[in-house]
Amino acid sequence: MAIRERLSGNEAVAYAIRQINPDVMPAFPITPSTEIPQYVANDMANGKIDTEFIHVESEHSAMSAAIGAAAAGARVVTATSSCGMALMWEELYVAASDRLPVVLALVNRALSGPININADHSDSMGARDSGWIQIYAESNQEVYDNFLQAYPIAEHEAVRLPVMICQDGFITSHGVENILLLEDEKVREFVGEYCPAHYLLNADEPMAVGPYAVSAYYMETKRAQREAMIRAKRVILETAERFARLTGRKYGFFEEYRLEDADYAIVIIGSAAGTCKAAVDEIRSATGKKVGLLKIRVFRPFPEEELAMALRDKKAVAVLDRSEMFAAAGGPLGAEVRAALYSVKSRTEFVNYFYGLGGRDITVEDFKEVYRKLEELSKTHEVRDMYAYIGLRE
Amino acid sequence: MAEMETTYNFKEVMGRKERLAPGHRMCAGCGGTVAVRAVLRALRPEDRAVVGNATGCLEVSSFMYPYTAYEDSYIHNAFENAGATLSGVETAYRVLQKKGKVKENYKFITFGGDGGTYDIGFQSLSGAMERGHDMVYVCYDNGAYMNTGTQRSSATPQFADTTTTPAGTVSDGKVQVRKDLTAIMAEHHIPYAAQTTFTANFKDLHEKAQKAIYTPGAAFLNVMSPCPRGWGYDASELMNICKLAVETCYWPLYEVADGKWILNYKPKNKLPVEDFLRPQKRFRHLFAPGRENLIALFQAEVDKRWEDLQGRCG
Repeated sequence: MAIRERLSGNEAVAYAIRQINPDVMPAFPITPSTEIPQYVANDMANGKIDTEFIHVESEHSAMSAAIGAAAAGARVVTATSSCGMALMWEELYVAASDRLPVVLALVNRALSGPININADHSDSMGARDSGWIQIYAESNQEVYDNFLQAYPIAEHEAVRLPVMICQDGFITSHGVENILLLEDEKVREFVGEYCPAHYLLNADEPMAVGPYAVSAYYMETKRAQREAMIRAKRVILETAERFARLTGRKYGFFEEYRLEDADYAIVIIGSAAGTCKAAVDEIRSATGKKVGLLKIRVFRPFPEEELAMALRDKKAVAVLDRSEMFAAAGGPLGAEVRAALYSVKSRTEFVNYFYGLGGRDITVEDFKEVYRKLEELSKTHEVRDMYAYIGLRE
Repeated sequence: MAEMETTYNFKEVMGRKERLAPGHRMCAGCGGTVAVRAVLRALRPEDRAVVGNATGCLEVSSFMYPYTAYEDSYIHNAFENAGATLSGVETAYRVLQKKGKVKENYKFITFGGDGGTYDIGFQSLSGAMERGHDMVYVCYDNGAYMNTGTQRSSATPQFADTTTTPAGTVSDGKVQVRKDLTAIMAEHHIPYAAQTTFTANFKDLHEKAQKAIYTPGAAFLNVMSPCPRGWGYDASELMNICKLAVETCYWPLYEVADGKWILNYKPKNKLPVEDFLRPQKRFRHLFAPGRENLIALFQAEVDKRWEDLQGRCG
């Protein structure tokens, strides 16, 4: 029987960490992820968990120590946000290149400057090319469920890549919601024991980690990472299936909400999907217009083909980005979805919006307006403002 | 504290199996590899080790894929994080040992040049030492960023001619004096901090490495490791340069064990520092006419630090 509780997103992650009982947690506090190491430290102080905390002096050292511990053969977790992850940047690439299954609980927050502590995706989107698997959540339940699936994906012999489990700062990290939790035994059975194939502390096989690879070898290491990322797609789905058998909760690369028969679709990542669903329901019941939503769960590996097939026949698609990339063009999600549609020769109308930067609210009315503009676009075939900001103070 | 060897047996120590295999690509006459071999020789042959390494000459020359020169497990991560990286390894060891997953006895030693230690890796080093991981951080101090071609570091002595502080018509070389990292690390109140270099029989370095490795908790070892290319001396002169550094009191041999400052060697006749400076091309400009005062300034700094150290060592 599942345990009914009310938890914030940060509490849900900390609860999952206690259940998984990883070996090592190096972490440095940063709003809004600070509570996660605090809760874990509290569990340690009360003997509820065997994890060793490393009180590092920075996030760069947090990821450096995570890499050292993972290379040594330990199961590792860390948590951060925003500038904390920016300081880890160099190390994110090293963790992926060293093929270490580190799990990072990322509580998304806008990057400085100006300094801002609220949600947007500029931190994780900036790290989208670092070689990490990225899984996003709409709700606290999804954060918890995604976190439980992180280690089976990361540690799978066909993958061996680091995973970041992302949630929106404050919106889910601090918002308390009803949640269904698994029993500890079930979690431990689902996640399993970590038995690395190669590690520094294997007395039978000393190993060297982190070589200097000249141009005769470097490219092959990148290809190997790419192959692992491709294989991760299968492992992510298999893990989701196993999770569904355990909980009844189904996950894929993305969620299609009233999308199948929809003419107009919004593509979005994270907590704002909940607001968008309300708009979809209201429009459908009030007008009968066929509107739907595609909510990305897995951004890396990018489910290009699956996503394109789900959107190819829509009359118009709007992709909403919660981070700028200053291309003087689209946002990261917009650019990739648009490229995916091109790959299936889709003629669907397309528009890219920016919303929610630095925690700016997006409302049901805002989403209704996007759907209204999509309908207009499908008739005029004329994109007036390809990269408009939603909710901007003009 | 683990039992130490009571007497230094040169023949036995030098006869130990090398833990840094030949075939790496470090320069002839490089102090870095001499330091690594000497430190690793202080491991009990039956003990296992994980060797860490900051990015630098040593790393790019001793672990070039697919070849490693290390007999032990080894990890390089990046330039500025050798302290943090090895603290992760050491923590993993304690957990896995507690869980019965690792049964062998491991020691943890990481090497960094002065760039990776005094400068870019200083924060990571300070954090690792303050947290008290059971590990040794060894700085092979060659007094500049040698891997990228002799740019000045905070370990570079004043007036040294480097590629970013070149001596010229209006420049005397590096403006600032050296950072005293050994003292800074001792002020972390870690169980053991020491500085050494290559003496004729390697006794000082061997004993300090042994204490650093086998004293429980965090230890720091600063090994002056000359660089023939950056300092400008003939490769065969390595040992002589080290001797002059010690005999002029430019690089005193001392240790700080459990807060007690101990001077390990006091020259009978303290040589003038120009004896140490003269054989090195990086100081050649100091001997040009009209720059005599610079050597006097250098000597004054050496004297001041030597007095201060003697005071601390009682």
